[in-house]
Amino acid sequence: MAKSESEMTWKDLEIGCIVTEPGSARQYESGTWRSQRPTYDFTRCIKCGLCALYCPEGCIGPNKDGHFEADLFYCKGCGVCARECWPQVIKMVEEVE
Amino acid sequence: MVTRVGVEVSIAVADAVRLANPDVIAAYPITPQTHIVEHLAELVANGELDAEYIPVESEHSAMSACLGAAASGARTFTATASQGLALMNEVVYVAAPMRLPIVMVVANRALSAPLSIWCDHSDLMSVRDTGWIQIVTENGQQAVDNTIIAFRIGEDPRVLLPVMVHLDGFNLTHVIEPIIFPEQAEVDKFLPKNRFPLPLNPDRPVAMGDFAPPAIFTEAKWAQEVNLRNSKKVIMEAWNDFNKTFGRQYLPVEKYHSDGAKVLLMTMGSSGETASVAIDELRAEGMDVGQIRLRLWRPFPLEELREAVKDADVLIVMDRAISYGGPGGPVASEVKSAFYNQPKKPKVVSFVISLGGRDTTVSAFKDIVRKGIEIADRGSKNEYEIYGVRE
Repeated sequence: MAKSESEMTWKDLEIGCIVTEPGSARQYESGTWRSQRPTYDFTRCIKCGLCALYCPEGCIGPNKDGHFEADLFYCKGCGVCARECWPQVIKMVEEVE
Repeated sequence: MVTRVGVEVSIAVADAVRLANPDVIAAYPITPQTHIVEHLAELVANGELDAEYIPVESEHSAMSACLGAAASGARTFTATASQGLALMNEVVYVAAPMRLPIVMVVANRALSAPLSIWCDHSDLMSVRDTGWIQIVTENGQQAVDNTIIAFRIGEDPRVLLPVMVHLDGFNLTHVIEPIIFPEQAEVDKFLPKNRFPLPLNPDRPVAMGDFAPPAIFTEAKWAQEVNLRNSKKVIMEAWNDFNKTFGRQYLPVEKYHSDGAKVLLMTMGSSGETASVAIDELRAEGMDVGQIRLRLWRPFPLEELREAVKDADVLIVMDRAISYGGPGGPVASEVKSAFYNQPKKPKVVSFVISLGGRDTTVSAFKDIVRKGIEIADRGSKNEYEIYGVRE
């Protein structure tokens, strides 16, 4: 797709908004919905990946050190990961401007 | 040599669908549409029509099946009425923005409650803003012709929109009329094969009816609106071509002794022919009165309406539905909007008539014209008049 969704005019849309390429949902920045963000104390992380299993957005994966971390482009800030993380790595904090 | 056949209009409409050679018909029977789909089922069962007939469990499913069929590039037909149209409403809205060229005949009938199987336009008004092209017919021949024309308009690659053909329940569906059936070879020439540009195909997967985030939803809706407005050009082209081959001309706003007349009566649907007789009689009595008939309900023909009414001082508008708690007649509301910002405008008088199958006779139409002129002259405390109600 040449243009991003926010640049498209009505003339750029396919007939009936048909999606002709896979992966278009990846462009959708659901992270803008967030009112809280996860913060991490990775010294406590045991790399169990429970947070990734519970994440309803499927946006958590291992970072370069193997610790599990949310992709904030997609993370909606629901806090399920913080609730499920039993070593208490994750703490939700208010998003501020 | 033109042959007229005496036939029930519902059967004639089904035969018109057969002439259009659809691939898929998905429908649920409901009075007064039943004879249309019953005859189509019979044609398929007898091998006279090579189509897939899906006898669905509800109208919601009928329209859903039609969406799928049209998405695969099949020529698709359904028909319904009243409660059936109300039940499928959710899916009716989906067809236009998905640009699926389904043809649906609606045998207009009052919506409950109280229960009525008889004709008015409350079902028609319930789907006003669904984005479908909507043609309203006045007699059996128009219903037959426009059922065929609807496929040509809707499937045109410049349009790709669903089309509704309205015909009044019982007043048209259940009467026997002399019908001229177009020749199959000529219909085949008039109606090219369906060319849906992105049909469902396992070798080239696409996603249809997908989620649109706020970033593109407005653009999607504007595309839908521009597309529906632009369809009028193709509708005119189809109607003109039809006239060239078959010798019957349709127009968005049709005129009857209206040019130069100071008083106009405006009708939509089968009551138009009764009203025409009233116009004849009033003109014979020396009254300067004419008639206009709205053939195209969506896209609404604003320019054609303004042109047709340019000489008139009084426009008396007939409605067969009420917008409850609002301005009264839905057609009259559109007409008032069409003229409000115009430098020259007629006085618009709104009458609601013929609800739930009540007849409005020739003498009643003459009475309406006289009352309409009086109201235009002296004004009325009412937003609209409901004709013949016992108070």
